[in-house]
Amino acid sequence: MVSRRKFLITAAAAGGALLVGYAATRSRELLGDPSLLATQEGETALNAWLKIDAEGTVSVAVHRAEMGQGIYTGLAMLVAEELDVAWENIRYEIPLPDKFYANIIGFADAAPFDNEDHGFLAESARWGFKQFGALLGGNFTGGSSGIRDAWEPLRAGGAAARDMLLRAGAERLGVPVSECTTDSGEVVHRASHRKVSYGALAGEAARLSPPQDIPYKLESEYKVIGQPMPRLDIPAKVNGSATFGIDVRPEGLVFAAVVASPKIGGQLKSFDAGFAQDMPGVIKIIATDDSVIAIAKTYWEAKKAVGQVITEFEDPEPFDNDSIAAIYAQGMEEDGFAFENVGDARDNLAQSSAVIRADYTAPMLAHACMEPQNCTALITDARCDVWAGNQAPLIFRDLAAGATGLDKEKVFIHTQLMGGAFGGRGEPAVLYQAIAAAQAVKGTPVQLIWSREEDIQKDAFRPIAHSRFEVTLDEAGQIENWYNKIAAPSPTQSVMSRWLPNIPFGGPDRTCVDGAIFLDYKMANRCVEQTAVEMPFPIGFWRSVGHSFHAFFTESFMDELAHSQKQDPLQFRRQHLADGSRSAAVLDLLAEKSQWGDILPPGHATGVALHESFHSIVGQVAEVEVVDSQIKVHRVVCVIDCGRAINPDSVIAQMESGIVYGLTAALYGRIDMKDGRVMQDNFPNYRMAQMRDTPKIETYVINSGAPIGGVGEPGTPPIAPAVSNAVYVLTGKRNRSLPLEV
Amino acid sequence: MTIPLRINGEPFDLDVAPDTPLLWVLRDTVGLTGTKFGCGVAACGACTVHVDGNPIRSCLLPISAVTGQDVTTIEGVSDHAGAAIQRAWIAEQVPQCGYCQSGMIMAATALLRRRPDPSDDEINQAMTNICRCGTYQRIRRAIHRAADELQDQTAEVTHG
Repeated sequence: MVSRRKFLITAAAAGGALLVGYAATRSRELLGDPSLLATQEGETALNAWLKIDAEGTVSVAVHRAEMGQGIYTGLAMLVAEELDVAWENIRYEIPLPDKFYANIIGFADAAPFDNEDHGFLAESARWGFKQFGALLGGNFTGGSSGIRDAWEPLRAGGAAARDMLLRAGAERLGVPVSECTTDSGEVVHRASHRKVSYGALAGEAARLSPPQDIPYKLESEYKVIGQPMPRLDIPAKVNGSATFGIDVRPEGLVFAAVVASPKIGGQLKSFDAGFAQDMPGVIKIIATDDSVIAIAKTYWEAKKAVGQVITEFEDPEPFDNDSIAAIYAQGMEEDGFAFENVGDARDNLAQSSAVIRADYTAPMLAHACMEPQNCTALITDARCDVWAGNQAPLIFRDLAAGATGLDKEKVFIHTQLMGGAFGGRGEPAVLYQAIAAAQAVKGTPVQLIWSREEDIQKDAFRPIAHSRFEVTLDEAGQIENWYNKIAAPSPTQSVMSRWLPNIPFGGPDRTCVDGAIFLDYKMANRCVEQTAVEMPFPIGFWRSVGHSFHAFFTESFMDELAHSQKQDPLQFRRQHLADGSRSAAVLDLLAEKSQWGDILPPGHATGVALHESFHSIVGQVAEVEVVDSQIKVHRVVCVIDCGRAINPDSVIAQMESGIVYGLTAALYGRIDMKDGRVMQDNFPNYRMAQMRDTPKIETYVINSGAPIGGVGEPGTPPIAPAVSNAVYVLTGKRNRSLPLEV
Repeated sequence: MTIPLRINGEPFDLDVAPDTPLLWVLRDTVGLTGTKFGCGVAACGACTVHVDGNPIRSCLLPISAVTGQDVTTIEGVSDHAGAAIQRAWIAEQVPQCGYCQSGMIMAATALLRRRPDPSDDEINQAMTNICRCGTYQRIRRAIHRAADELQDQTAEVTHG
């Protein structure tokens, strides 16, 4: 077993000299250089978060990518609150990526410690990961970390700018600052009621230095944070004017379609463009190591042409469902890394004759964003411009620099709205293809679009996971020994091999066990151990990552334990939670709002699941019926404690979204491999939940005052076990794999 | 040979291969990017437009099949039912990523023209477009809201 100590040394090495550094740490830079924001005539940037024009319109720099989660609005709310400006005067603008915008909190989450653990080792490790993040400048969007990371710097940006405007206003009015205040975009002299607008003061304010101590508002003064603000990006999304990556139209744009190996990893052996070269609209047919790309005046012409190219691909090592299963079976027999080992669970279990055992699995899944992967690139001798919805712009910049041979400073990543991402839009395969196409027609912008088939089959999949539980209960029916053995590959390692190809990344990865470790349930002895298996193809982050399968495993197995004790499943969970804990509060409200235990319509049953992920706790009760051997989910009641809801309506929307996304996976989702190929290729055989499959969803938000939790992912994990636990009540059959069967 | 048709009320004579799907003519030739590419097999509905008022998935529909017809896209749907749907979409804060919403709005507008006050079952039958963000519940609410608004307007006209 690899020791935790050894892992910590790895973590520390990544972050720098651990002990010395921790002692000397200073807080992150909050305001940033105003020059990071490009300004037009009449606009003034007061720091790296905002600029103001002469009319007083404020543009907030939205440094995280919008994939539907409402982050643009959430970020703008933080600035609007502290700056004291009317919501109608708030706009957003996407800045060019810069290290200043690094997602520091997103990196800290990688430290393998319980969120509640604030001991020296835990904090040191978090510090190490933060330093690593700052060093790397990873301004990725993911890990449900957008608001958590932005909470301090964006409020600081707003508050510091307000302070500068206040001082500039007092000077203009010729009165002491102490006699002035601000009111919705104006500096006001209280006694005389004389006013100056922010728009008129911005230039003067920019010449003042920012305050030493940021004068934040008191919580009791909040007018924006905590209110259900209308999303800034929605009006453009109902009239067709919103620009996604696939909609950018730089002057002279041409289009590209691609054909790659039907088998994953197959390199191109040869190709014959034949008459495809002479088809209407075709500009060029080119080859990369593993694909053929047709460039034409329109996408349809490119697509038709690439379909006519005769290709021969090398035969990579064949793998299929069975050979992959064998890798996992072997992994389950090998010693793993103990992410958690409290007490003597394994020794005690070896001596017990009353062990309850169960083996669970979950399949591979594709992201299947509605907007197929695409990327637009323009390369000249002087620079490279890339337009793409992407979750990691600096990574894209560095990879594009490597691919073009240009300096990083000459590569410009223009992040666009994303038609969904779910963890899948940081993959650079489409970027490389677009760059290859753009290099072939230098000076002309090219938009390369994957077909839906390409998008599903060449995805970096949510990997398979296997999980075995061995548990004993004491005489009172409480869990005494809990051993959870997991075989799963590291999505982080797989993604990093593509993001940072020159930096070896190894060691245990908590994203494969997230959701299996640091459970809130009281257990005297617990051991959670993972064997990292290697997959012969790319795997990736899929909405909630490890939680996406471990919630199904642990919350289904908790249900099994409850039934083994002839106990009510909700009550069984409650008995394992500390009174006064956040989880207990979520479960109690869930019981109340779902009318748990009340009489249901004939043929209906309810199932419950409770799961913490990304610092938020979510409980769900699903009311289910089995009709003609099909699972019908009628109603889902959802309770979330995310600490503090910045935009409560966005929190609710994300719960609805996470539930439907998880429901698709629970009821239909699986990617199969045969002879090195992915068997599913489009929506008819990779089914998605539709309107008719969607239950009535009720969401209740708890503002517990705990540190802010994420909301983009935490709605997804509990739905599969909640539905499965209800199905068990109806059928008496326990599903230990997904998708669910009846 | 060119293909004549009207798009959002404007006449076009398009010089494109007759097998080109309407979707790509709209996006790449005409420059209307509000209509989206999702699957290419008419399964997801992101490419839904109206042809002579009927909702059609445009990714498989050859341009030659709409010769002389009236095509309406998301950019031109803002009259009456369409505008009510768009207002309801904002009021219910429907879109998340927003990519499927053009198609959803086109499908919902066509539904309301056919069934001014649809039941939940009728909504289930008519709205088979895919949304990966799972905005279905809000879409349902927004359709009911738009239907109510349109009926109120009708009542005002009748009684006014």
